[in-house]
Amino acid sequence: MNHPSPLSRLAPRAGALSGCAEGEVIHERGQREVFCGLTGIIWLHRKIQDAFFLIVGSRTCAHLMQSAAGVMIFAEPRFATAIIDERDLAGLADANEELDRLVTKLIARRPDIRLLFLVGSCPSEVIKLDLSRAAQRLDSVLSPGVRVLNYSGSGIETTFTQGEDACLAALVPEMAEAKAEDRSLLIVGALAETVEDQFRRLFAEMGVGPVTFLPPRRAAELPAVGPGTRMLLAQPFLADTARSLETRGAKRLAAPFPLGMEGTTGWLAAAAEEWGVPRQRFDDAVAAPRRRAAIALAAHRERLEGSRIFFFPDSQLEIPLARFCAAELGMTPLEIGTPYLHREHLAEELALLPAGSRIVEGQHVERQLDRCREARPDIAVCGLGLANPLEAEGITTKWSIELVFTPIQGFDQAGDLAGLFARPLSRRDRLEV
Amino acid sequence: MHLAVWTYEGPPHVGAMRIAASMRDVHYVLHAPQGDTYADLLFTMIARQKARPPVTYTTFQARDLGGDTAGLFKAACADAYDRFRPAALLVGSSCTAELIQDDPGGLAEGMDLPIPVVPLELPAYQRKENWGAAETFYRLVRAFAGPSAPPPGTARAPRAAGHRPRCNILGPTALGFRHRDDVTEIVSLLGRIGVDVNVVAPLGASVADLARLGEAEMNVVLYPEVAGVAAAWLGRTFGQRTIRAIPIGVLGTRGFIAEIAEAAGLDADVLLAAEESRLPWYSRSVDSTYLTGKRVFIFGDATHAIAAARVAAKELGFAVVGLGTYAREFGREVREAAAEYGVEPLITDDYLEVEAKVAELQPELVLGTQMERHIAKRLGIPCAVISAPVHVQDFPARYSPQMGFEGANVLFDTWVHPLMMGLEEHLLGMFRDDFEFHDGAAPSHLGHAPTPRTEPAPEPALAVSTAAPAVAPAAPEPPGQPGWTPEAEKELGRIPFFVRGKARRNTERFASERGLVRITVETLYDAKAHFSR
Ligand code: SF4
Repeated sequence: MNHPSPLSRLAPRAGALSGCAEGEVIHERGQREVFCGLTGIIWLHRKIQDAFFLIVGSRTCAHLMQSAAGVMIFAEPRFATAIIDERDLAGLADANEELDRLVTKLIARRPDIRLLFLVGSCPSEVIKLDLSRAAQRLDSVLSPGVRVLNYSGSGIETTFTQGEDACLAALVPEMAEAKAEDRSLLIVGALAETVEDQFRRLFAEMGVGPVTFLPPRRAAELPAVGPGTRMLLAQPFLADTARSLETRGAKRLAAPFPLGMEGTTGWLAAAAEEWGVPRQRFDDAVAAPRRRAAIALAAHRERLEGSRIFFFPDSQLEIPLARFCAAELGMTPLEIGTPYLHREHLAEELALLPAGSRIVEGQHVERQLDRCREARPDIAVCGLGLANPLEAEGITTKWSIELVFTPIQGFDQAGDLAGLFARPLSRRDRLEV
Repeated sequence: MHLAVWTYEGPPHVGAMRIAASMRDVHYVLHAPQGDTYADLLFTMIARQKARPPVTYTTFQARDLGGDTAGLFKAACADAYDRFRPAALLVGSSCTAELIQDDPGGLAEGMDLPIPVVPLELPAYQRKENWGAAETFYRLVRAFAGPSAPPPGTARAPRAAGHRPRCNILGPTALGFRHRDDVTEIVSLLGRIGVDVNVVAPLGASVADLARLGEAEMNVVLYPEVAGVAAAWLGRTFGQRTIRAIPIGVLGTRGFIAEIAEAAGLDADVLLAAEESRLPWYSRSVDSTYLTGKRVFIFGDATHAIAAARVAAKELGFAVVGLGTYAREFGREVREAAAEYGVEPLITDDYLEVEAKVAELQPELVLGTQMERHIAKRLGIPCAVISAPVHVQDFPARYSPQMGFEGANVLFDTWVHPLMMGLEEHLLGMFRDDFEFHDGAAPSHLGHAPTPRTEPAPEPALAVSTAAPAVAPAAPEPPGQPGWTPEAEKELGRIPFFVRGKARRNTERFASERGLVRITVETLYDAKAHFSR
């Protein structure tokens, strides 16, 4: 790192941490046990309230959505799958005509839809169904009433949260051009509405703004972007989106991610500094919520301090989470698995990890399970397929997907985030059977 | 291409996984991208299994496609053998791998693994989960029972004197609807009939067990969706009798006992005379009078749907107003059953079609899958689940079979539970202006649920979101709908909520058929009289 992180200037630094930016990253190849990018639709369709996600895929894709969603929600969805069948493959039906027919039917049924995503899958990619052309064709018919865009959530191209990255990247070309002199702060990455509102208030107090969000709550509220745009990534998995925004002139503010009290402070500080907010004003703005966060964290720290934690790769949130667990809860990360490591976006985070942290990029699930059994962590963070089997072996787990679905960002959620790790342990403490 | 919101069945390779996960020593190497590993959670989360299903996924990525995906597959087979040491390896493709045509069967067979390899061809763009399960089970049975098959045409030797007859129980699988408890119930019932169980498969079976299948003299096919094909082959190959009666409900169980006894040459009169289930008496007891003619809509896999219709009509005295299945392979059987009850069969795997049908029929009870539970909840209709696809709630901690005499008790309880109790319903009718009998009043034994539902499990917050309108607008209002006068609207409001939807629809239909533009209190009662004929 050749520039000091804002965190180091504005926030008290945890003593034991010396940074592992130069530390070793192990790459592993083998069977992965991670969802594909389609899964992002489960939260994106709730976030953008007038968008519909039409997966062009197989029965497997439809079943994935239902199974992954079924565990968590069973409300009427704004997503569906156009299932490719043998007629399409045999050339008996023209896949493009079929798609047009289904989309026409869908739009007639859902007049509330303003934005339609055609979402590519492994089968649509392998048969080279050109969804970008299909989207353009449908868009020329349906816009301005309904905009039609496309992206890929396929498992051969994307893991889990990369689906959100691909979706947001598809929105970038639709964003209006902001004038070069119009300075604005763009928060990138889906956040819960309560969290958005908290950040809005904090930025307002500091005098940072105007603040816009990608994705917006409604398609028509897509913010503008230009050379005056400064972006803060709210999620660590947005490589493509950030790159597209940069080509539109936006500049990324290097920052840790807003997880935990210190992460949130550093994240806000990056914007405050860019806007030249006086130190005192920044401190005043964050003082009260920092105090609340500290109280909330202390309650959980008592149970979690000294616990050893093992992360299986899932959402790319693993590194910021490990940093939070180490720095703010006194936990020891034994292994930090991540499906993909974006060194630049995670530079601030890596610098804050305990020295010598073991980071594993990619996955060989069997070997990783062996290491986990060997290490006997106090808690393992893993996907839904692994959780019960690990519990049955006596290893306490936290489902990583809950960390993606729960509002965990910001000061007022720091305690909730710690609670997600503390609850499985306190459950173990209580149960006598 | 067709549009799917929810699906009743997964892809065929999930059916194959259910077979692999049912058995003790089979491993499945599936050529598939990483996202397909979601299927593990069906077993570990929904069925709460303590071990991951015995499946290795190759998880090839886009960058592998130009390269050596076949090599990746072979490496996965070798690793899986080394690590898990199974007695047999199943190999096959998911939907994506089917398109890249690596031929997993040929690749694995060329590897000279020290164990048998059973290749699976499961056309993912044509077939579905149950077909995949049936095909996989059939392939395994053929592969392992086949070597001990007698020459074709060999007559089966008669049972040695002094030996009890033996049967196989075929069809129970992982992720099946209450299969675990059904097996316990049926094994015990067979014991009381005087029949020993040779092998239960695939659930809990080993490859060596499959090799012994030919030793039994008959096959009990509990779930034809999974075991029908294998049982037909076994019947032909070993001269085994196939027992087809499905022991669901009291009548079904009695029919099952009679068929087994006849096939085994045993006398089951004593067992048949003993009233082993409480259902017949509970149904005859006066409190059940209110069940008479309750209009019930039934949908599920063919086996459970057909059996449920019989129990509903003949054992509980309900009126079957709709019967259907998502299992097209069993369409004929369901059509025959529907004809028996004089209803239109609904053979579809389109959830929206089922929803529209339920909205149209306005039944008083829905017996269906988790999908219908969802439909019924939206429409405010009581519901009980009778069939897969399953949900974590379909794996209760308690013993809860669907089959046998205890199964009949379970059916009585779970189907009657969501309904209003007899006297309660009358009291609601008499004192409908009582403030405690307001719109949201639910059956008193169902807690604080605003609408009747089968189980009090809290739905996560998102599920109650009002943000998303329904994909299918339930029964669109035809134009020129007659209007309600305020008095009539008020009177309608006094009708208990669980029949109000029906009353509203009937009255509107009555009015528009007669070209009335306004619905008055009189119209409401005229319609009531008209429809109660
Ligand atoms: S991995 Fe590919 S085929 Fe499987 S569910 Fe995801 S997009 Fe569909």
